Amino acid sequence: MGTLITGARIADPLGRLPAQADVLIEGGRIAAVGKKLPRGKHRVVRKDGLHILPGLVDIHAHLREPGFEYKETLETGLRAAALGGFTSVVCMPNTSPAIDNKSVVKYLKDRSRAVGAARLYVAGAVSKGRRGEELADIGEMFEEGIVAITDDGAPVMNSRLMRRAMEYSKIFGIPVMSHCEDLNLTAGGLMNEGVVSTRLGLAGIPAAGEEIMTARDVSLAALTGARLHVTHVSTRGAAETVRNARRKRLRVTCDVTPHHLLLTDEDVRAYDTATKVNPPLRTAGDREALAGRLADGTIAAIATDHAPHAAHEKETSFEEAPFGAVGFESAVPALLTELVHRRKLPLALIARKMALEPARVMNLPGGKIAPGEPADLTILDLNAGFTIQPGNFVSLGRNCPFAGMKVKGRVDTVIVGGGTVVEDGRLVR
Amino acid sequence: MTTVGVCGNLLGIRDLDGARILHFLDQAEAFREIMDRDIKKVPTLRGKVLVNMFFEPSTRTMTSFELAGKILSADVVNFSSSFSSLSKGESIKDTARTLMSLGADVVVVRHPHTGVPEFISRLIPVPVVNAGDGIGEHPTQALLDLYTVRRRLGELKGVNVTIMGDVSHSRVARSNIFAFTRVGARVRLVAPPTMLPAGVEELGVSVFHSLEPLYHDTDILYLLRIQRERQSESLVPSLREYSNLYGVNAGVLSRFKKNVLVMHPGPINRGVEISADVADGLSSLIEEQVRNGVVVRMAALYLLTRREG
Repeated sequence: MGTLITGARIADPLGRLPAQADVLIEGGRIAAVGKKLPRGKHRVVRKDGLHILPGLVDIHAHLREPGFEYKETLETGLRAAALGGFTSVVCMPNTSPAIDNKSVVKYLKDRSRAVGAARLYVAGAVSKGRRGEELADIGEMFEEGIVAITDDGAPVMNSRLMRRAMEYSKIFGIPVMSHCEDLNLTAGGLMNEGVVSTRLGLAGIPAAGEEIMTARDVSLAALTGARLHVTHVSTRGAAETVRNARRKRLRVTCDVTPHHLLLTDEDVRAYDTATKVNPPLRTAGDREALAGRLADGTIAAIATDHAPHAAHEKETSFEEAPFGAVGFESAVPALLTELVHRRKLPLALIARKMALEPARVMNLPGGKIAPGEPADLTILDLNAGFTIQPGNFVSLGRNCPFAGMKVKGRVDTVIVGGGTVVEDGRLVR
Repeated sequence: MTTVGVCGNLLGIRDLDGARILHFLDQAEAFREIMDRDIKKVPTLRGKVLVNMFFEPSTRTMTSFELAGKILSADVVNFSSSFSSLSKGESIKDTARTLMSLGADVVVVRHPHTGVPEFISRLIPVPVVNAGDGIGEHPTQALLDLYTVRRRLGELKGVNVTIMGDVSHSRVARSNIFAFTRVGARVRLVAPPTMLPAGVEELGVSVFHSLEPLYHDTDILYLLRIQRERQSESLVPSLREYSNLYGVNAGVLSRFKKNVLVMHPGPINRGVEISADVADGLSSLIEEQVRNGVVVRMAALYLLTRREG
C-alpha cells in the first residue's frame, strides 16, 4: 500500500509531465506519476489547488555544528530547512573543528540521521583548518560521503594551493566550490562599495573583489579541467565571467542567494545588521543582471547561504556584527512573491533552480519527479499570504533581511523519502 | 510616551532638508545673546538629565556638549569609555539601558562605529544626538560650520565651499557635504583619489585632485584632519608628500582670492594639512567654530527635547 497524492498541479523541472497529475509513493520512492492513477488500496491525500515540486535542494548552508551550537544545531537547522521546503541541504565546513577530516564528516552524517527532517550532505574543507596552507584529507572525507570541497568564507588566496585542490578533486569527481573574494581588496569592507556606502558612511567592498577571484578560479578550472562551482555570485561582472566560461565549455557552474536576487544595497541600514552579508547586497543593476543570468541558464541554482548567528552577536554595530543572514524559512515565500507573482516567472523555473539543477551540481539523488526517484517532494500553496516574522522561525537564527516582508506563497507539505515531515506548514512530530 | 524616531533625534544631516537645517541655525542665533551675558545661564532644561556617552575619546566635543547642557541648566553626566573596554562583555545595548535606568532625558552619543547612535535611538525612548559615529556623520559639527559661515558671509546660498583632505574617512566631510549642498552652497572636494569615496559626485559635489582650479572662486576653504595611520594604509606614500601636495601654508593661501576663509574641525595637525601661520592667521575661522559650537549644541538640545517638537 502506498500514498497517492492527487488534485495538485505539478511543477516539473523537466517540463515533461502533464500540468495536473497524481503522484504515487511506495517504499520511500516515487512509484508512478500520471493522470488519474488507479486508487487501489493506497492512502489518498488530496492537495487540490496546490503545486508539487521535487524536494528543494539547498547547496549552501551553515548548520554550525560542531562548535557553534549556540547559533544553530543540526536539529534546529535541518528542521528549519524542512519547514522552508528543503529536503536536502549541503552544509559548509566552517565549524569548530572545521570539517576537514573524516571523523567530523562521519559525526555529522550519523547525527543527521537521528534528527530526520531534511537530508544532510556535507561539504568538506579544501585545506586543513581552512587555513589555506595545505590540503585537507579530501580522499578520506570523500569515503565518508562529502559531496564537494570548499573553504567557503575563508577563500583560498594561494592560487597554487587552489590549483592543487582542483587537480586533486578530479580523482573523486566532486566540484570545488568557491566563495570568490580577494581578501586583500575587501579587507575592512562592510557593504557594497558605491554611492550608497558613501552616503551611509560604511566602508565599501568593491565588486572587483569578487570578480578578480571569479576570473582566477575560472582560469584555474581551464588549467586543471576540474569542476568549479562559484557560490553566491553577486555582481554583474562575476556572472558574466561564469557565462563566458560556460560558453567555452568549461565545467563551471554557479549559484545565487535569494537576498542577492531580491534585495540591493539600498536595503542596507546601518542599524540593521541582518543586511550585513558577504558578498554584500549589490546594486539594482547587479540584481537585474543576476535575474537575467538565472533565466538564461548561467546561474544553475538558488542557494540560501543560510547563516544563523546569535542575537547578541548581531545586535551590535554594523562594523562588529558578523556577516550572514538566515534563509531557510524565508527563501521560498520571498522568491514566490517576487519571482513568480510579481515577475511572472514560471514555477517550473523555481523547480529547476532549487531542485533539479542544484542536485545535479552536487551529484545528489532527487531533484526530479519521476518513477524510481526518492520520494522527496515539496508542496506549495501559492496563494497563502503572511508576513515574514523571524520570531517564529524554527532556526535559532533571527538575522533575516526579509523580516517584515509581506509575502504570498508558503510551503504546505514536505515529504522526505516518502515520510511526511511538514504538513499544513507545520513540522510533524 | 516620549517619541522615538527621527524627528526627536539628530542622527545625521542625511535625513534633514534645507529648511530644517536652517531652523537649527536660527535657534542658535536666538541663543547667541546668552553667551554675552554676565551670568551665562537660562532655565530651559532645568531638571533634565543630559548624558554624554562617549565611546571614543574627544575632550573638545564632549566639553562643548557639557557646556551647552550646563548653560541650559541641565544636569550633565559624562560617561566615557574606550570602545575596547566596553567590548569586554558589556554590550552597547546593555550600556544604553543602564543609562536609561539612570533617568536620562537626552543622550549624546559618540562611537567609533557608524550607525551606533541610531542603533541606540531605537532602544531608548529619549532623544539621541549623534556626536560623531565612525565614518558616518557628525551633524552638530556641520551645523556649527554652517552657522559660522552664515554669520561671516551673511548667507549660505551660492557660497563656494572647497573641502580638502581625507573625505573617505571623514564623518565631518560627509555631514558637511549633505549640509552645504542642501542649503544651496556649492561644494567642491579636493583630495587624492585614494581619499575619495566611491560615487561621491552623485551627492551633488564636484571633485578635483588639486586646488589650482579653485583658487579664484573659493569662499570657504575647509581642511580636514589627516590621520597618521592613513600612511600605513597606503592612501598616501607619506605625510610629508601629502603636506607637499595638499598642505596649506601662507604661500598657498596667497594664491586664493583675497577674502578666502579657512575652516578646520580640529584638532589640527600643524605642519601636515595646515601650517601654523594659516591656522592662527586672519583668514582662520577655527576659533570661531569652537565658540559657535556651544550655541549650536544648545539649539540642538533645546529643539530635540521640546515637548511640542
